[in-house]
Amino acid sequence: MSGDKILSVDRLTMRFGGIVAVQDLSFAAERKKITALIGPNGAGKTTVFNCITGFYKPSGGAIRLTHDDGRVIALERLNDFRIAKQAKVARTFQNIRLFPGMTALENLMVAQHNALMRASGFTLLGLVGAPAYRDAEKRAIDLATDWLRRVNLLDRADDAAGNFAYGDQRRLEIARAMCTEPALLCLDEPAAGLNARESAALSELLLSIRDELGTSILLIEHDMSVVMEISDHIVVMDHGVKIAEGTPREIRDDPKVIAAYLGTDEDEAVAVMESGT
Amino acid sequence: MTAPSTNTAKPATGIPALLKTAFTNALVALVLFSLMVGIRTEAGSSGQLTYWTRFGELASLVGVVFGGSIVIELFRQWIGPSGAERLVPPAVHSGMAFVGRFLAPALLIFALLVPVIFYDQRYILDLGILVLTYVMLGWGLNVVVGLAGLLDLGYVAFYAVGAYSYGLIATNFGWSFWVCLPLAGILAACWGVLLGFPVLRLRGDYLAIVTLAFGEIIRLVIINWQELTGGPNGVPGIPRPTLFGIPLDNSDDGLAAKLGIEYSSTHRIVFLFYLILALALLTNWVTIRLRRLPIGRAWEALREDEVACRALGINTTTTKLTAFATGAMFGGFAGAFFATRQGFISPESFTFQESALVLAIVVLGGMGSQLGVALAALTMIGGFELFRGLETYRMLVFGMAMVLIMIWRPRGLIGHRAPTVYLTKAQAISSDLVKEGHG
Repeated sequence: MSGDKILSVDRLTMRFGGIVAVQDLSFAAERKKITALIGPNGAGKTTVFNCITGFYKPSGGAIRLTHDDGRVIALERLNDFRIAKQAKVARTFQNIRLFPGMTALENLMVAQHNALMRASGFTLLGLVGAPAYRDAEKRAIDLATDWLRRVNLLDRADDAAGNFAYGDQRRLEIARAMCTEPALLCLDEPAAGLNARESAALSELLLSIRDELGTSILLIEHDMSVVMEISDHIVVMDHGVKIAEGTPREIRDDPKVIAAYLGTDEDEAVAVMESGT
Repeated sequence: MTAPSTNTAKPATGIPALLKTAFTNALVALVLFSLMVGIRTEAGSSGQLTYWTRFGELASLVGVVFGGSIVIELFRQWIGPSGAERLVPPAVHSGMAFVGRFLAPALLIFALLVPVIFYDQRYILDLGILVLTYVMLGWGLNVVVGLAGLLDLGYVAFYAVGAYSYGLIATNFGWSFWVCLPLAGILAACWGVLLGFPVLRLRGDYLAIVTLAFGEIIRLVIINWQELTGGPNGVPGIPRPTLFGIPLDNSDDGLAAKLGIEYSSTHRIVFLFYLILALALLTNWVTIRLRRLPIGRAWEALREDEVACRALGINTTTTKLTAFATGAMFGGFAGAFFATRQGFISPESFTFQESALVLAIVVLGGMGSQLGVALAALTMIGGFELFRGLETYRMLVFGMAMVLIMIWRPRGLIGHRAPTVYLTKAQAISSDLVKEGHG
């Protein structure tokens, strides 16, 4: 593959005791492109995600993030919140993790914590009500409003996030991740539990994030219709190793992928993969 | 997952079900009381065990339970189908919402006027000071427990640090109260950070146990470090506060003499009342401000979901430590006030009982609600005094009142959360959605 890479994973290995969840995995994600990580259940996709976003410390290998300005960050050396704060990698969760007792707007304000902390002079300026902080807060509300409009939740800005329907919660979580203004957005099964119409809206949202904002996206997904429609590049994993990689068209025809998904019964596998087109 | 299911547990109605419930309750009562009441044992004249049965009393007790459960069941069915939710009719609810809007300003005005209205009643003024001290402690702990969701059972440690900071500095170096007050706050905040570090990785019950131990450690250190703290004898002769250097006594340069009015010991009490009122209001103001700042939102987000906080780049370590430090600082202020009010402090004032009381105030008030905490402090401290006439049964009645309040309002007196920022309209968030935090 060509083009400049935002994320390159090199021989990533993750062991839990004697179990090897990910072994010698190498792949790259291109800038301003959507890269999908797919594979059967238990293939190790979420483990890779947790290594990239700092929730696990990899047992071996390197994860490099190259920013637009050429800055290279070794993600495997940063831990938890620093990945989001310094490396600007945002993520969502397979089981949605919003702040249910806070409103949609508050959720998006919390996402801008680091910027607002600086603006509030680490609370001191904010406590005395400095005008500089008030301006910063106004800008933060504007950004949050903008994202609520994008995900079509503006009229519910002041409702508690826990009251939202499932699909709305998914979109709000993506909006929240985007409010951290990330360089790389990692989505863990964003289409899980969505109906066909909601999936289509999600695809549209992700494409607009890529095309209008130029944010690179890495996603795990089981919904092949979404993966095949929006991905620029697909990496297929099984049992902790990479078994294939390429464009959606290449992956769809790859016998190894079909075998991994449905044993050796290729006819059925072809049917599943083609349902996405 | 959207609407909380309030009507799913539909209680059975009709006479057979009623009798069944009553019969079950009577059976439980029979098993419980058969040994407690039915058989009476005593040591005989030569030390042997003598016993006799009291089946009459047992039968009457079981009968009371049987009849009582029928009455209660009928009462519940008459009021509404689903227990706690419907115990209060909607008309009362909307009335309370109306009262709620004006309750806080009304309480504030009343608090300001207390020394004017009750000028001659020393007892009421002292009680007012006590209530306000607990309001302040409750507001301080509310930052840690209510906002950040970190269950702290050792809050009294910071109260003790504040009190001893002022007591020792004032008696040894003779510094003024107004210099020592911020110092006491800062020292307590440092202890908050010190406590915070080892417990950062702990959550929930484990955090509660360690904070409980920390509270005991502070008390034991105070008891045993005799050279510094005087041990169990305490610190006597702590200076009374002055009005920026003017003492409130009957000396020639006292406040009464300067103003040319007759000296009265009530002046000092009134001064102390306004002092603690000001300190409590400062705590309230700062907390309300902090809630609307990024740090306050991060505290609440931490209570809601710590993992999500980390994914958003929030440093959970410093967020937790600032919550501990802020709460501890207010505890320290309250401690310094306590020392100057009493004039004498000893380790006995800083037992676990105090931590439990302050925590009960926060929980009863509705975690995170400022008004709720104030109401709860008034209920707990004032209510406890109200039952003073009952003597031996005071604790029993008080405990029953607490149980009833918690059945009536399981999430505290103020059971909703107000958003910190809004686009069009601030809507109260039902406490069903708000998490209590996992430590």
